[in-house]
Amino acid sequence: MNLPYTLIFEKRTEDYPKWLPAAVSIGSVIAAFIISGILLKIIGGEPLRVIKFFFTATFGSWAVFSDTMVKATPLILVGLACTVAFKMKLWNIGAEGQFYMGAFFASLVVLVPMVNLETTPKFLIIVLMMIMGMIGGAIWGFIPGILKAKYNVNEIIITLMLNYIALYWNNFWIFDKWSDAGFQMTPQFAKVAWLPRLSDLAREYRMFSGITLHLGVIIAIIAAIIIWWILERSRWGYEIKLIGDNPAAARYAGLNISKNIILVFMLSGALAGLAGMSEISGVVHRLQERISSGYGFTGIIIAWLAKLNPFTVILVSILFGALIVAGREIQPSGIAYLLQGIILFMVISSDVLLRYKIRLINLNPQEA
Amino acid sequence: MTSHPPPNAVANAVANAVEMKDIVIRFPGVLANDHVNLTLKHGEIHALLGENGAGKSTLMSALAGLYKPTSGTMRIHGELVDFNSPKDAIAKGIGMVYQHFMLVPTQTVTENILLGLNEPKFFMDLPKYDQKIRDLQEQFGLNVDPTAKIWQLSVGEQQRVEILKTLYRGASVLIMDEPTAVLAPQEIDDLMETMRSMTKQDKSIIFISHKLNEVTAVANRLTVLRKGVATAEGIDVTGMTSEKLAELMVGRKVVFRVEKKEQAPGDVVLDVKEVSAINNKGVRALNKLSLKVRQGEILGIAGVAGNGQSELAEIITGLRDCDGEILINGEDVSNQEPSVAIAQGVAHIPEDRTGVGSAPNMTIAENTIMKNYRDEPIGTKWSINFTEARDHARELKNAYDILAPNVRTMARKLSGGNLQKVILAREITTNPKLMVAMQPTRGLDVGAIESIQRLLLEQREEGTAILLISEELEELLTLSDRIAVLHEGEVMGILDAKDANMKEIGLMMTGEKHKA
Amino acid sequence: MNIEIILHAGLATGTILLFAAIGEVFAERSGILNLGVEGMMLLGAMAGFSTSLATNNAWLGLLVAMLAGGILSLAHALVTINFQADQVVSGLSLTFLGTGLALVLGEGLTGQHPPTIPIVDIPLLSSIPFIGSVFFSEHSILVYVGYIFAPLTAFYINKTRPGMHLRAVGEKPSAADTLGISVYGVRYFYTFVGGLLAGLAGATISLSVSPGWYSTQTTSGQGWIAVGLVIFAQWNPMRAAFGGYLFGMLRRFILDLQGPALIFGMTNPLYVNSNYGFFLQMMPFILTIIALVWGSRAASRKRIGAPAALGVPYIRGERGL
Repeated sequence: MNLPYTLIFEKRTEDYPKWLPAAVSIGSVIAAFIISGILLKIIGGEPLRVIKFFFTATFGSWAVFSDTMVKATPLILVGLACTVAFKMKLWNIGAEGQFYMGAFFASLVVLVPMVNLETTPKFLIIVLMMIMGMIGGAIWGFIPGILKAKYNVNEIIITLMLNYIALYWNNFWIFDKWSDAGFQMTPQFAKVAWLPRLSDLAREYRMFSGITLHLGVIIAIIAAIIIWWILERSRWGYEIKLIGDNPAAARYAGLNISKNIILVFMLSGALAGLAGMSEISGVVHRLQERISSGYGFTGIIIAWLAKLNPFTVILVSILFGALIVAGREIQPSGIAYLLQGIILFMVISSDVLLRYKIRLINLNPQEA
Repeated sequence: MTSHPPPNAVANAVANAVEMKDIVIRFPGVLANDHVNLTLKHGEIHALLGENGAGKSTLMSALAGLYKPTSGTMRIHGELVDFNSPKDAIAKGIGMVYQHFMLVPTQTVTENILLGLNEPKFFMDLPKYDQKIRDLQEQFGLNVDPTAKIWQLSVGEQQRVEILKTLYRGASVLIMDEPTAVLAPQEIDDLMETMRSMTKQDKSIIFISHKLNEVTAVANRLTVLRKGVATAEGIDVTGMTSEKLAELMVGRKVVFRVEKKEQAPGDVVLDVKEVSAINNKGVRALNKLSLKVRQGEILGIAGVAGNGQSELAEIITGLRDCDGEILINGEDVSNQEPSVAIAQGVAHIPEDRTGVGSAPNMTIAENTIMKNYRDEPIGTKWSINFTEARDHARELKNAYDILAPNVRTMARKLSGGNLQKVILAREITTNPKLMVAMQPTRGLDVGAIESIQRLLLEQREEGTAILLISEELEELLTLSDRIAVLHEGEVMGILDAKDANMKEIGLMMTGEKHKA
Repeated sequence: MNIEIILHAGLATGTILLFAAIGEVFAERSGILNLGVEGMMLLGAMAGFSTSLATNNAWLGLLVAMLAGGILSLAHALVTINFQADQVVSGLSLTFLGTGLALVLGEGLTGQHPPTIPIVDIPLLSSIPFIGSVFFSEHSILVYVGYIFAPLTAFYINKTRPGMHLRAVGEKPSAADTLGISVYGVRYFYTFVGGLLAGLAGATISLSVSPGWYSTQTTSGQGWIAVGLVIFAQWNPMRAAFGGYLFGMLRRFILDLQGPALIFGMTNPLYVNSNYGFFLQMMPFILTIIALVWGSRAASRKRIGAPAALGVPYIRGERGL
């Protein structure tokens, strides 16, 4: 087969225009949607109806937009968790497990209980739950961190295995020790352990009635600001970037790489753990099975799509929050996975456009 | 196609081994070769000279089938050829001996030689082929154990494997890309002997080099490239002078000597006492080595690559553990983190500029603060003042004449010379007491070499103790006050640079102890 | 608790890991890290199952399962080889893609009973006491294929020309390239082979070892364990096979712990409270971690590493490997 045209990849010698990365990212998401639409059509769906449904179900009213933001909240936090780790080229694929451990530790505050729930002020309980959630996630991040730092064990597999272990660990407690009358969940937490919601204000402001948006979103946004400052302005962030770009140079510059591997893994785990806390304290109000619909994995995509920029993580998380909200309604359930896979593929493939110029070359110019 | 028959000597007696005509090779944004002609006569050794980046390797890669010329023609033994892959070139009898060896470290010599061939087709009966390779070695006097794994071999032996690889494929034209760069003087003599014996056995050789003494010793004619253009095409080597050659290569008259001031060295800064260390393969690389460097003195370290130089630099700078003592201004820094050596005022110009000395995807500014980002005014307790950092980088950029659009340029976009200046500038601004410089000028063009060497001498005048590790003997003789020769991790002797000569150093490099 | 049953069942479940891990050994030996094994396995399991259901032919199911895994792996090959994208992220997206496709296309397969791969005895060998009943009787044909597969792979990689080329491409692609070996071609081929074998591993589950389609529970993380096994096995197919069988047996042993009411005359807590089973279910993953730590330490002591070019895209003319 002889095509008259061929594609030529030319290495970019000059810097690409400033708008290109953003354009390429947006383009790749759109391309992913188109490809998914075609796939959907092939297997007998109605892509246009689905897309229309997608927008009305996620941004159509304040109530649904609030749902979208509620879903975006844990995503922002796990997205940040992955961002921090990936900045140092640490492949933390274990945000899912860290999320579960964060949720478990946070719920200890209520279920043990660690403080007297009747007398302790709500503020203190919430803060304690946040701290416990972060500790839980950090412990789950410490394990792969120390194994990598001390024995150079591949962190990808370790974090993945820890995901499964965390899942079964949680299951044991909710099926056995804390089971609510035999159901696979703990009893509902006392209201004092709930993150404040906008609907709590419904008595004063009618417009907030039924709006489930909770304080977690503010926590997530503050976390994004802090992570931005750490990565872009602090000495530690400089060290993280240096180790990520060239560990040999970092060692040569006198940095302690092992210590940083452990610390960054713990920070990453703490952020994912905080997401778990926010989810049980802000949304589910109990510990149960399936508190995460693969948030930990979606966080990887979000971090990558956001090009490891904490503020972009927020925007991308809202998009994915919408996907999850809409996905709950779209059947079959695998479509959400499929779409995520295609988006990630498109995003990493599109990076080639930043490194190369692609030109269409006419092989037989005289005939044209 | 494995045993491509050698070209019929009678039929091809008239035709040249290689004729490259009007070769143009264009990469995006670069004209690597601009209408270059090169003719290799039958049975001759043709030297190809030029600075780094002049287009020698590109031209040869085209001959080896790795790149397709944008325009121009190539004839091998009179036959017009158009290579689409290295396989085509190999089939026509072209053999390339790469400067950076193209060998698979985990495979044996025989496996490496048989790689990419069609014979044996499936089952690798290695013992049978080991014998074939021993026979070939006999014929050309290139001895190396066929059953050894590549990583177990010395650099010289690896080079022999590269040559055997081409001969086994029946190569009639050998391209040797700076084959002497990695060898000791005596090994160079052996290599030249091999080259001469190969031409007697019907081979023609293109010899890439930038050293005139080697060219005159072995080549018949030479071609010089400068910035992709041939400034000399196939001229006779007799009567060529180093001044003339340098002018052809660089395009202007070159002052070969940098001035070194007489000065008396001060106190001992670095005192290495009976240090031993193992390398990455777990083999002993340094064996009870001792040496001293004083203030305002350059101690040169000579030796064939892989005799413990890298490990010596690494133990001093804290990058490798060792047995023994390393005193810097009286403080023992052995087996400490690199940060301890840095705090003691040790600056380090690493051998690998891109792999160790810089962070490729970070800006010039971020690269220049690698050693002082913790210190005021750039670093505060928690944060980094990036405005301050960029100002600092701008000052260095001007002072050291670093060519780059601005200080936000990524380090990977810099040329080798400019990147080396960034590294030197960064290390010098730490006001070092000791500077460990490893191969600071390797791979740079003449202009950059000069400025790097000047900077090192300025440091010497400032009173810094300098440990200069280099494989360029001329550089060592020019810059050093004293020269220590390393062989298998031991010091063979320390000579005063004024009365050292190449021959003597060469002998010590191959393991002969200095008779004091 | 019967040692014969544990060994027998371990060989069967180990065969799943064996195929998947050896597939990954092929891909990684060529320099391509493919973390998408779980996704390819799941897709293979679904494709094999539904084909067998539709055609009433388990062998056809097996073939389609392999092709499904192989075709999916080509997406990884395209993105990592041609576009030089990060292999870790691409592998993860492959997992998403495979899982998503398998779930979407596998709607409604649960509870069906298509033909499965036949279970046979090996004549003569099966009559050897103990050994015969453990190794050579009442196994799926795939288990017997697994026995000879690992040594064949080891022979292929270490003693044949294509195997030598495979190793060269994974260790030093530039050397292979200069000798006219197509680095891209070799990498595409072995990534595809890895996909075929992952698909086969998936079908080994759904059409043989535990027939059925249970959505993501079908593979339940075995793809990831296979990737871990490759490191444990230090990229050696024989060790990968050994690790696969060992894991299979340990898994079975752990499950069997729940059976007896008494152990050494004491009450078995696992028998009393089935929720302790969650700790048993953790064991394969904990064991993988232990195996990895052990493998990594042994590797660094013996200075054996991953293939030198693993995870590094090859671009001609660029310095590096």
